Amino acid sequence: MDNVLKDLRRLMQVNGQAHGLSARWRKAGLTACLGLLAAGTAQAEYGLNMPRGVTPFSSNVYDLHMTILWICVAIGVLVFGAMFYSMFKHRKSVGHEPAQFSHSTKAEVIWTIIPIVILVVMAVPATKVLIQMEQTGDTDMTVKITGYQWKWKYDYIEDDISFLSNLDPASNAARQLGSGIDPASVPNYLLEVDNAVVLPTNTKIRFLITAEDVLHAWWVPELGWKRDAIPGKVNEGWTYIEEPGVYRGQCAELCGKDHGFMPIVIDARSPEDYAAWVAEQKGEQLAEAQQVEREWTHAELFKRGQGVYEQQCAACHQLNGEGLAPAFPALAGSPVATGPVDEHLKVVLNGRPGTAMQAFGRTLSETDIAAAMTYTRSAWGNADKTPVQPREVVAAKRG
Amino acid sequence: MSSTAAVHQDDHHHEPVRGWRRWVFSTNHKDIGTLYLLFSLAMFFVGGAMAMVIRAELFQPGLQVVEPDFFNQMTTMHALVMIFGAVMPAFVGLANWLIPMMVGAPDMALPRMNNWSFWILPFAFAMLLSTLLMDSGGPAGGWTLYPPLSLQGGNSFAFVIFAIHLMGFSSIMGAINIIVTIFNLRAPGMNLLRMPLFVWTWLITAFLLVMVMPVLAGAVTMLLTDRYFGTSFFNAAGGGDPVMFQHIFWFFGHPEVYIMILPAFGIVSEILPTFCRKPLFGYVSMVYATASIAFLSFIVWAHHMFTVGMPLGGELFFMYATMVIAVPTGVKVFNWVATMWKGSMTFETPMLFAIGFVILFTIGGFSGLMLAIVPADFQYHDTYFVVAHFHYVLVTGAVYSIMAAAYYWLPKWTGNMYSEKLGKLHFWLSTITVNILFFPQHFLGLAGMPRRIPDYSVEFAEFNLWSSIGGFAFGLTQLIFLYIVLKASFGKRTQELPDRVWEGAKGLEWTVPTPAPHHTFEQPPELRDEDLAHGDVAH
Repeated sequence: MDNVLKDLRRLMQVNGQAHGLSARWRKAGLTACLGLLAAGTAQAEYGLNMPRGVTPFSSNVYDLHMTILWICVAIGVLVFGAMFYSMFKHRKSVGHEPAQFSHSTKAEVIWTIIPIVILVVMAVPATKVLIQMEQTGDTDMTVKITGYQWKWKYDYIEDDISFLSNLDPASNAARQLGSGIDPASVPNYLLEVDNAVVLPTNTKIRFLITAEDVLHAWWVPELGWKRDAIPGKVNEGWTYIEEPGVYRGQCAELCGKDHGFMPIVIDARSPEDYAAWVAEQKGEQLAEAQQVEREWTHAELFKRGQGVYEQQCAACHQLNGEGLAPAFPALAGSPVATGPVDEHLKVVLNGRPGTAMQAFGRTLSETDIAAAMTYTRSAWGNADKTPVQPREVVAAKRG
Repeated sequence: MSSTAAVHQDDHHHEPVRGWRRWVFSTNHKDIGTLYLLFSLAMFFVGGAMAMVIRAELFQPGLQVVEPDFFNQMTTMHALVMIFGAVMPAFVGLANWLIPMMVGAPDMALPRMNNWSFWILPFAFAMLLSTLLMDSGGPAGGWTLYPPLSLQGGNSFAFVIFAIHLMGFSSIMGAINIIVTIFNLRAPGMNLLRMPLFVWTWLITAFLLVMVMPVLAGAVTMLLTDRYFGTSFFNAAGGGDPVMFQHIFWFFGHPEVYIMILPAFGIVSEILPTFCRKPLFGYVSMVYATASIAFLSFIVWAHHMFTVGMPLGGELFFMYATMVIAVPTGVKVFNWVATMWKGSMTFETPMLFAIGFVILFTIGGFSGLMLAIVPADFQYHDTYFVVAHFHYVLVTGAVYSIMAAAYYWLPKWTGNMYSEKLGKLHFWLSTITVNILFFPQHFLGLAGMPRRIPDYSVEFAEFNLWSSIGGFAFGLTQLIFLYIVLKASFGKRTQELPDRVWEGAKGLEWTVPTPAPHHTFEQPPELRDEDLAHGDVAH
């Protein structure tokens, strides 16, 4: 290191003695390059490069990326090589007299034409891969993805399954400012969700991507692309996962304070295992539907509501119900949460346009809404101990 | 104002008035240039402090320093302050100081408007920065202000919009002044194709500014009416389209990127020939390349938004158009290398920064070319790869060129030579630390780290640690620059410097005394080929 610094100092000297400088410098440069390469290979497991991915075009994207990277490296070596050669050979301190040429039409034509040729060489495969990526027809199933602040909703169009996917509670606890929890102790910190998207392998899946509030972007690097989720617009994308496994990604478009905390987890299973999962989901749906009709006690709803609140509401209104002034109002002692049930229901079901308050009537089950409302009406000193029954929510939804 | 009053107009004093009036009422291009440059320096440190908050939070996984919302305010403000407060005013300051001296004009064409263009800025930035102290906090939706998110904030939003309007006024007036000066006040014989390249690049930049700043003003005004007056330009529920904002914004935004780099090309094209003791290679092709880049900047905007879901034809068009930019940019880089080829180089600090610029800006150009490839961009978009890319072109590009310019012309401005030892220390520390800061961000982005997140998965910890260490070191290193500039500006004059401070320097600014007197070229200079930067472009 000391030698390198010494050489740097020599190089900086305007009129430095040049004997033996270039040889020593070359040696130092070589050592530095080898050092970098060694560091590069040692770090490979940390993820230095784009993943090759698990779909037919994700590996094409990877190959394209590497091709262009190497072309750039080659051009860089030539251009920087010429510069460094010139800096060593054509310096005043070695007594080089300046030439006085100021243009050469031949050279200028050459270095305009060659880059054009290189660009055409790059554009051909890029166009091919792009056309392949945009073929969203002939799909076997469709999943609609909706971005919310700050979670994803997945609707399986053919199988009639839908659910929300939030950051998992362990990551959520650890990521609070000054939580005192070591992120390294949380498995898949910030890349784990409560409900993963289960998808079949070897199936052409179409995604319909949209958002309800602000822009989001759905991105799983292993699938080879991302696409913005935009309110009022439905974007398309497709995938064909070739290997079963768990693939993780994140929201990639700034969407507010918890943009960093809405991961995506794909659980890719064989078509048989996927069918079994669908059947299981159907059973749960049926059981949930039966729960709506019965009379719930306050204690039952309060307990369930606390879970729903922490997962769906606490990001803005905070665990202690105090909110975050001025954007996110407190619920403890709030006129809505302590006022008439039907007004409260309206806000929860329809949201407040222009704010981060969503229309939860479109995303949560009736039972979850009833539970969360029961919880907020009787927690933190709010005194309404009358439970909000799921069937009241059903009635309100019908209008 | 004595016996000379008869021959001079009475607003042409030979000596500046003393005290604060000199600065507040100044119509002198050199004083206003100084004000711009000092303002830019101050904003560079304000924006830098915000970057330090960002890097402190990203130092390790987990949230340790700030809440996510404040983090978003920092990323948003850092960008607004650095772009509109540091880089653009620095270039306008350089234009003010140098363009009249380079074309042999006594001052800018519109001196009072010049005063106004500058004095808007402190108010605009006071207003912008004051939002951080308001109840609803500063803007937190990113400097691109994408709706609907940008519309969710509190009422500080109105202040942000007004501040951006003011910055736009300032830029447009500055640009008009530059265009009029170049077209009308050139010394006799200073044909357009004999102008220094810095003047050329600024002329083209000024046209870009005049054309696109009103577009930005329109875009933010629509945000304002959506927020406060019930319109639905960008509100899907009211029949509007959030994507339309992105199209309008980037129609401004992409030329804006070149507004921040074309003057840098000009600076480097002045400095390299000086320290190579050899004429700039391919002067005419440099001018055409600059103009081509400026033209192309209007037809590539959607490459910032490949992931919004454009039709295939649109994606292909914007990919091809973007790739074409590599051709004129390549011509420039090759011309610089050819300028160095067979020169007689010395490596004073301005030269080091100029060479640093060529190498590191080119690295940013390579990642730019990679980003143009749409299928690959679907992976790179909105990741740290993009963050690395634009910091290479803006920090080691634009900012390096500004520093090169500061070292190069500082003796002419102040009459003091800076310490070469400190200048070189500044260069080498900056260059080492800036690469530790930004190079690992390429890997982070490729490995899957999105941009604008306050916290990250532990797999990204190592490179973020490096990046933060590099960031703190780079930030501290800039205190050397501050010291050098302040010492040269306010320190005692220790030596007499010749008019032509650098052995190989060409251009009219080196024919006036050092330090440059308050008024120069009150009589148009006699042009001699050997004084001109590009005296031999007869072919």
